[in-house]
Amino acid sequence: MPLKIALPKGRLLRKTAALLQKADWRLDEYHSSMGFYRPKSARFPDLLVRVFHEKDIPIQIAMGNYDLGICGLDWIEELLVKYPSSDIVKVKDLQYGQSWLYLAAADKSLNMRQNGFPLRIASEYPNLAEAYALKNRLSRFSIFPVWGAAEAYPPENADMALLAAQDAAEIDGYGLSPICPVLGSSTFLIANLNSHTKRDFEKIVTSIVNTTPEDIKTLSEKKEVALRKIVITTKYSRDTVRLALPDGHQQQQTIELLNKAGIKIEGYPSIDGNRRPKIAIDGVAVKVIRPQDMPLQVANGNFDLAITGRDWLTDHLAQFPSSPVKEVLDLKLRKVRLVAVVHQDLAVNNAADLQRFVNDRTEPFRLASEYVNIADKFARENHLGHYRVIPTWGATEAFLPDDADLLIENTETGRTIARHNLKIIETLFESTACLIGSTNSVNAEKRQRLDYIVNRLHTAVGDC
Amino acid sequence: MMLVFNPRRIIIDKSSTMINRYYHKAERGYNDYIATRYGIIYPYLTEGIYVKIQRCKGMRDMSPAEMAVFHQLEGICRDCFIKWGYREVRTPTIEYLHLFTSAGTLTPTMLGKVYSFLDWDGWSGERVVLRPDGTIPVARLYTETMSGQGLARLFYAANMFTFETGDKNRERWQCGAELIGAGSATADAELMALSTDIINKLCLKNVELRLSHAGLLKALLAKLKLNPEERHKLFDSILDGDTTVLTKVSRSVPELSDLLSIKGQTTGFLRENREALCHALPEIKPSLDDFLKTIAILDDLNLKYQVNISSGAGFEYYTGIIFQYFIGGEKIGGGGRYDALITSMGGGDVPASGCAIYLDRLINLVNAKTVLPAPVKKVLVKGSKSKETFKIADALRQAGFIAELDLDGKSTNWTLEVKSDGMLTLISKARKKTNAQSVEEVIKLLEAQGAT
Repeated sequence: MPLKIALPKGRLLRKTAALLQKADWRLDEYHSSMGFYRPKSARFPDLLVRVFHEKDIPIQIAMGNYDLGICGLDWIEELLVKYPSSDIVKVKDLQYGQSWLYLAAADKSLNMRQNGFPLRIASEYPNLAEAYALKNRLSRFSIFPVWGAAEAYPPENADMALLAAQDAAEIDGYGLSPICPVLGSSTFLIANLNSHTKRDFEKIVTSIVNTTPEDIKTLSEKKEVALRKIVITTKYSRDTVRLALPDGHQQQQTIELLNKAGIKIEGYPSIDGNRRPKIAIDGVAVKVIRPQDMPLQVANGNFDLAITGRDWLTDHLAQFPSSPVKEVLDLKLRKVRLVAVVHQDLAVNNAADLQRFVNDRTEPFRLASEYVNIADKFARENHLGHYRVIPTWGATEAFLPDDADLLIENTETGRTIARHNLKIIETLFESTACLIGSTNSVNAEKRQRLDYIVNRLHTAVGDC
Repeated sequence: MMLVFNPRRIIIDKSSTMINRYYHKAERGYNDYIATRYGIIYPYLTEGIYVKIQRCKGMRDMSPAEMAVFHQLEGICRDCFIKWGYREVRTPTIEYLHLFTSAGTLTPTMLGKVYSFLDWDGWSGERVVLRPDGTIPVARLYTETMSGQGLARLFYAANMFTFETGDKNRERWQCGAELIGAGSATADAELMALSTDIINKLCLKNVELRLSHAGLLKALLAKLKLNPEERHKLFDSILDGDTTVLTKVSRSVPELSDLLSIKGQTTGFLRENREALCHALPEIKPSLDDFLKTIAILDDLNLKYQVNISSGAGFEYYTGIIFQYFIGGEKIGGGGRYDALITSMGGGDVPASGCAIYLDRLINLVNAKTVLPAPVKKVLVKGSKSKETFKIADALRQAGFIAELDLDGKSTNWTLEVKSDGMLTLISKARKKTNAQSVEEVIKLLEAQGAT
């Protein structure tokens, strides 16, 4: 079996690529975030290289799918704090991509050991957040695991956020105060424990370790736009309608829809990182967060309305079947299909084939997906027997066929799937952008405002 | 094809559908399984590929023999608790996590090992846990449904879940009693006398009772001039079982070293030096007096104990005496006073203390022969006519025997053949046959053999 290494995409890609170039790896396609995620090294032609989202790498190493990996210490600790007996060895601190995990709040004088209402912590690092809460004797707490934009949650939607930043000043820029640093992070070379004792990868490790990190460090930092300090002035009253709008590539379509609905909005998309745009409707407050996080935030009462995808709503309802969140309006934007995908070479073309295939094997069947709850439900409903769901954070195509047997993916045209030599065996459902809300009751004034927004958007969608 | 034999890893139930598939495959020519004399098989289809049907790591099965001992242990505990006036309660397996995180309940190390997860309606982000402790849920039950009812003697038999690494058990069974609403030294002594009663009935030998006092420990820690963070940390490490740490830290305060070095039955030192100690460390006076009062009752009751202040292993909710039972190095039970727990749950100012016996540890320590009652005589009933056979078997059960219907043709100590003409033949293990006209006659025969 060839040695396998998992390399990060995203924020560490440039510096990791520079490190490996200096180490004379001569990789053919590890330089952009696009591509096939399967680079080859001219120096180590037998080495199998795959590119993953950084967050997936510790899990892949711990599972033994990969022998070596490069990723941030924050994601390693996020795994180890919950699963301390994971088979991970930290081989070397590569000393680049340094950052801090801070616990931050809008109000520094927050009483952490209060009794009564739970203290809410929003974080991309839910395990570290829970460990912190337990260690520091928070008497009652809720953790909101978020896909991103944790800084946008305090103080209205969470009491604290645990988030990564270069320094305290960056936290300050978000309009928050750092309460304490929780973890100093750096980029690490890690290995699977069994591989580390049984396999010989000294040459590969030496080539990385011997490359002086100083050369990498001197790489010019991508100049961040100096953040204007955000001043949080929002005060929500009981009647305030709280609307969540999506960040990322969905912003353009959303603003077009709002324009069509005659709803004026200022500062969306934001140029300075302010996630609280101003909307020209009285008694309505807007916040910009990840669409993935919206159903949970509507369920727990943090928001009244949100524009997200039906895919994320379905995933939420698969996790919490009795959730009060419902689809209020189909916005008919961003049409994608949620599909079950296998490798082209697999003799499986439909659900019946799949069941036969799973029954005839001895190892657990592996499903990889960003939609873990949909994948879990899919496995249960198709009687896949002994199965495992591998959570991913994007670039899921790279998992087949070596690191998973089936994907639950979204696709617009099916082209990406075909390009990766994969095939669709089932379409689960069609997803478009939708407005979601809660079935929980609200007072009359708020109801009027909610109806106003829904009606405006309804008219706009009707015009499409 | 190479056979990999690694019985440590795989145990398969022969009756499972999974295994039928492998039999099926074996017939097709794989032929790669080993049937052991236990009817357990280890199948390997190809090298390195194996079927994993096994219990979860850290979990334990109990065999019929172990269950017999377990029930007997539980029965002895239950009998004692009931005779001392305790009434049984049962709390749910799943509780809210915050019940256990509230300040002063479990140490962060213990909380780091709980099985917590989001329930199917856990969108608020608050987690639930598999019960990691027995006392806190009973205190919760009292606060929720019995508050204001004064004295309550409650007991439970339940399983607790905490994550352990390696081969240690992650699910443990215990039988515990909670004495809620009494704050006296007599109440503490009652729990220790009750525990001793159980231990005696279990015929356990060489049991050591170790005493410490949470109030004394806390007062001593306060003397060390640590900041609250450090004090919490030190207290936690003592509670988590590290006995050396306190001795190390206390060297700077000589009076403390004296106190901490007290070990053994002699409490003379404490009594004789009470005045001097209280003068040097006035903070410890209430706790020291409380401790001495309880010890005086134990002496009256002639209960043997060892004092070891720095061995305060236990739970963070303890406020007064802490007692632990050991056999060899193994802890088999213990308890203590927790006067602040119900208060912190909003149940008012209610003092309480409790104790627990660790059933699963005792299964391996008790002598099954001394604990188990004489077995009931088992009779195998054979016959061609179901109606008659079932009727005869029933009559035997009514008379107090175990009557098994014959399904596989094998005989046991006593076999009763039911002939088609209604005649009965009793066959002993030595194959001695005795005919009988009626089931009453059979019962007389069996009883004459000393068999009930």
